Formats: sequence, C-alpha cells, structure tokens
Amino acid sequence: MNEHAEQHVAPPRGIRVALFVTCLADLLRPSVAFASIKLLERAGCDVIVPLQQTCCGQPAYNNGNYEDTIPLAKQVIATLEGADYVVVPSGSCAGMITHHYPKLLEGQWRDRALQLAANTFELTVFLAEIVRIKAPGKAFPKLPAVTYHDGCAGLREMGIREQPRQLLRELCGIEVKELNHSDVCCGFGGTFCAKMPEISAKMVDDKLKNVMATGAGILAGGDLGCLLNIAGRARRHGEDIEVRHIAELLCQDLDTPAIGQGT
Amino acid sequence: MEQHSDTFLENASAALKNSAQAERRDFIALFAPLIRTAAVEGFAEFDTLRAHVKRVRQHSLDHLEYYLGKFEHEAVHNGNHVHFARDGAEMNSIVLEICQQHSARRVAKGKSMVTEETGLNSFLQRAGLQVMETDLGEYIIQQAGETPSHIVAPALHKSAGEIRALFQSKHDLGARELPETVDLVSEARQVLREHFMKADVGIIGANALIAENGYSMLVTNEGNGDLCANLPRVLIVCTTIDRVLPLAQDATAMLRLLVRSATGQAQTCYTSFYSGPRRENDVDGPIETHFVLLDNKRSDILGGDYREMLECIRCGACLNHCPIYTSVGGHAYGWVYPGPMGSILTPLLTSLEQSNALPNACTSCGRCAEVCPADIPLPDLLRDLRHEETTKKLNAPRWRRGLKMHAWLARHPPLYQALTGMVIPVLNLFGRRRGSFKRLPLASGWTGQRDFPAPQKGTFMQLYKAKLKRQAAQEAKRNHEH
Repeated sequence: MNEHAEQHVAPPRGIRVALFVTCLADLLRPSVAFASIKLLERAGCDVIVPLQQTCCGQPAYNNGNYEDTIPLAKQVIATLEGADYVVVPSGSCAGMITHHYPKLLEGQWRDRALQLAANTFELTVFLAEIVRIKAPGKAFPKLPAVTYHDGCAGLREMGIREQPRQLLRELCGIEVKELNHSDVCCGFGGTFCAKMPEISAKMVDDKLKNVMATGAGILAGGDLGCLLNIAGRARRHGEDIEVRHIAELLCQDLDTPAIGQGT
Repeated sequence: MEQHSDTFLENASAALKNSAQAERRDFIALFAPLIRTAAVEGFAEFDTLRAHVKRVRQHSLDHLEYYLGKFEHEAVHNGNHVHFARDGAEMNSIVLEICQQHSARRVAKGKSMVTEETGLNSFLQRAGLQVMETDLGEYIIQQAGETPSHIVAPALHKSAGEIRALFQSKHDLGARELPETVDLVSEARQVLREHFMKADVGIIGANALIAENGYSMLVTNEGNGDLCANLPRVLIVCTTIDRVLPLAQDATAMLRLLVRSATGQAQTCYTSFYSGPRRENDVDGPIETHFVLLDNKRSDILGGDYREMLECIRCGACLNHCPIYTSVGGHAYGWVYPGPMGSILTPLLTSLEQSNALPNACTSCGRCAEVCPADIPLPDLLRDLRHEETTKKLNAPRWRRGLKMHAWLARHPPLYQALTGMVIPVLNLFGRRRGSFKRLPLASGWTGQRDFPAPQKGTFMQLYKAKLKRQAAQEAKRNHEH
C-alpha cells in the first residue's frame, strides 16, 4: 500500500487531473498517453494536458547536471501545479517529481515542489487507490499470459507493486505470471544503457531470460524506459514476446503494434 | 594498492567475457540476497535497530575527536600504544618501525581492507619481512598474487578447481591430490598453523573501536584473527578513525546488523574483543599491543558532503545486491573497494579524476540503499559524485554537451515540439514496417546492443493538438448549424 495514497479519500467525480505525458511517451509511444487519458476519463476525471510540457529533467539530473535541471524542474512545477492531481504514466518520472524536485530546490520553489509532490501520482497508483477505477462493461478479449516488470524507481521510490497487478486482475481478469528476481534492475538506467552498453546488455539478458522463463506472451510494465530496453534487446535476439505499457493493456488496446513490433 | 579504475569499462568488458567467473557471480547474485533476506526477516527489530545505530554513528562522527580521545585514553590505560597515521604511507612506516623494534621477521596477518588500502603487505615485504595472510580467502589470493574481489569474501572469484591448481603449484603436496573442498581447507589450515606458531608480529583489523573501555572488536568466521592476536609476541591493530563508537553496547548493536547483512548469519563464529597486552597472571596473549588509526582523507570526508559514507560498516550487502557488481565483479572497479560503496569511497580516498567512471556504474535502481544496514543513501551520493564530475568537466564532452543541449531544448517547449515534431514522423516512416531500427545515427550506444523501437506516427503533442483542432472544428460546425 502506498503511504502517500492512504492520506487521500476517493475524490468526487469531475476532479481536474493534469496528465504529465513524459517525454518517452510523447516521442516514441503516444498510445500510452492516449490510453492514460481514456482510463482517467473512464474513472470520472476531467483530464487536461498542459501543452507546455516536455521532459521532467531526469537525463540531466541523473548525470549530475543539477544546474540545468533546476530551471526545468521549475518549469514543470509551474506547468502542472494548477490541477487537483497530476498523473504520470511512469514510476521514474513520478519519482523525479515527488522525490527529487524537493531535494533540488530551495525556499518558495521547494514549497511549491512539495505541494506538487503531494498531488502527483503514478498512473496505476492513482487508478487503483485514488479514483478506484471500475471494470468496464464489455468483456475483455482473451489474452496471452501476462508477466510484469517492476521498474526500480516505481518499486522503491513510489511503492508500486500491487497496484498494477490489482488493476490487471480487476479490469482485465488477468493474474500476472510473476517474474523471478522481479526486483532486479533491467539495465536501462537512462543514459547508463548507452554509456555502459555491455554491462547493460548483460543485465537486460538476465531480465529477458526470466521473462521468457515465465512462458508469458506479453510483458507489461509501467515505465517506457525499461520497456524500450527490454523490447529492443528482445528484437535483437528474435525473442517472441510482446512488450506493452500497462496503460494500453488496461485500455484493451491490443491493435497498436507492441513496442518494437512492425505494422 | 595500484589503481586502475580509469579503465573500468575495459576491465568490465574483460570480466564479462570470462564465462566461468560470470557464472559464479550469477550464483552469488541469487544466493547472497536470499540468505541476507532470511536473516533480516528472522530478526524482527532490524529496521528499528538500523535507525538506532544510524543515530549512534551520527553522534560518534559529530563528536569524533572526543571519542577518539576517550578511546586513546582508555586504550593507553589498558597498556596499549596508540598511533595516529595521517595517510597510508605513515601507517605503513609506523607498522614497519614496530616490527623492526622487535627484530621481527615473520608477520601473521588477519583480514583487513584498511591495509589493502595502504598497501601494507608489499611495503613490509620490500623491507624484508615475510607477511602471511591468514584469512583463507586472503591467503588464496595472496598465493595467487591477486587482490580481493569482494570486501567480505576476497577470493569469491576463484573456483575450487583454480584453488586446487594454485595449491598444487605453490605447496609441496607430494602425492596428495586434494580432491574435495574440505581437503583444500585443511591443506591451507596446516600451512597457516605453522605460520601462526612462528610469527613474531600479528596484524589484524577491527570492526569497531569502543571508546568507553578502549577495546577493539573483530568478527571472523575462521578464528584466524584470534590466532594472529594471541600467538605472536606483538599485536598491531590497524584500522581507521571512523570505526570508533561510544559504548560496548553500540558495537554489539552494530554487530547484529553487520553479520546478518554480510553473511546472513545471526552471529559469526568468532566475535572477539581485544583489550591490550598480556597481564601479569595471564597465560597467553601478546606482550606488546599497538593500535594504528588511519585517517587517509577521512577527516576531509567528515567535513564534506559525503560524510554519511563514513557510517559504512563494510558488510558488503550493497555489493551482493548491485546488479552491476554481480555482472562485472570486484576487480573491474580497479581498486580496494568495489560495488556501490566502493564507487563512492574510491573517488573520495583516491581522486575523482582517476575514478570518475565508477559513480557512473549505477542505474539508480536503489537496491543497495534498500539493504544498506547503515542506511546510507548510496544512489544519491553516487549522483552527487556525477555532479562533481560534470562540474569539473571530467566526463566526455559529447555527453556533457548533449545533455546540456537536451535540457536547454526542454526548457523551450515550442522549439522542442517543433523539432521533435519533424524528426519523429520521419523515424516512423522508415521504421514502422520493421518496428525497430538495427542501427540509428547518433544512437550507437543504444543500437550497439539492442534495437531501437520505432516511434509511432507522430509525437503525442502533434497528435493531441491535431485532435483538439478537429474537436474545435466539429464544435464550431455544430454551433454554426444550430
């Protein structure tokens, strides 16, 4: 259970939710953001997408460039702080906003960062614990078995583990086939995977081995970074696995080609 | 110890290609977290004790001078000699001088990472002393002419077969073949026993120094520390100033965290407290005892931003839980301390210039901080070192400039969206059929090891704005019709 979520009661319908798209969804997989909007609207939220948003600043921040991250953090805060809630379809970007912005900023900006942090949720946490989304009327199509990758920041910074599994169970009638060593990093790590590609490849191979061992046909996850990494390596090795963001699965969007798959 | 952290990537690459060692590391990566978790879960108060010990450690460091003074006073009162060494060279000379005063020829040494840090063995050997490591793992790597690959299990990288071959080449075995692991252990025990009996000086490390009574505490599983401490005429305890704790109960509280985190045991086979030289009616024990307390930049660390690193209790849990350490092994890090704790300590104790690759060997996965019994925010400290790296412009200019440019672009949404709105549809056009790229200009770091998944037909912002426009047009049309 997410402590952060416990303090909130289920909100009335018509609450204003700002979607932070994340740069990876914006650039590489808009279907994740569209699915997020659909799910939030279905849960009764008024979704707004602030058009001035770009990236949360993790690339610079994680590489130790704090100076250039600070103005970006301020920009994100100013862009998002008007809404009742901010929802992010990524554990690591949500972690950046809730845990790292307050560490980076001082004075009034720190107060604003903390205020924003209190209202910011990762998508599955928000759907499972804040708005408590209900199962859709229509039956879910028969799916291959699904396994789930827990992104590290989501797991450790945001306490995300049960929420996506609960949603898959309640909304899609799917019981996740668990990965062995699901708490071990997939080797993405932002720019890490490009700076230390050989080590990263060893890590993603370990992850893929565990994924394939489940016999699942779909690997779902809540962080596009990890999913792009795993899907990219699976494609390179010709592994037969569909990699999808959890938002797409929950939305029953299976027509969009899986990550790295052709049309 | 000679340092080659600057070639971390090359070291790692070579390690990854050694498949036998990689297999053993994979085993450790599975096994070590299991035994640690079992030990921690079987001890209900672990988190409470962790918080308590953290406060004690902070308090000790806040008042380090006082507690060091108190320790010195009590230890001298117990009959010990206490020396302070500013750096490794000074520690080595103090130890050599003590050895020479006693005309020592043979030294029996317990396991000590601090003396690895100062390169004590080779220093003493150059001065003509015979130095024998007596911890089994340390003995093995000393025979092999290697360095520790793990701070708790120094010979973790060696298989039983390699150790057998080593003993066959170094020991006079006659017809003995040492077929089983237990034969290897008894062979080493036999050799070491003789050395314990002949040694003139024993050198050991310490897990804690206790200010209230001037004792040092040491944990081992082999009992070799006690033989080093009690059989030779002279005992020298080599450790660092940050090991001091106020009370004996603080040391034992820390011990409960340390052992569970290190080896998954509730207690090591031996936990010993060393008070000082043999007293009048004692039947055994050293005649003279010394403490040599090393600073080696720890005073600087105490006053700086990485102070929490001094709270490290050297359990090795962060190594065992780091997927990068377990992928490449300890030698890749190129100095004494590997893994997450080593990637922080190495730049602090040597220089960031020599070791700036190490803080980058991190995905910020947070598993190390989760298990750290000293509750050190290791990923934060590693990121802060990357901050220092980028401030000092030690990282590759193309990365530094690229990231700066990205952050700048991200701060200019219209430009960012215009640019990405041009690039993404082109990538989609070329990539959508196959679904991913095998190669992509400027992305070789990614595509060297994995395909780059092709983007969808436009950026979200493009598609979303187009959708808003369509909706507005429809609404206008409806309004017009009414």
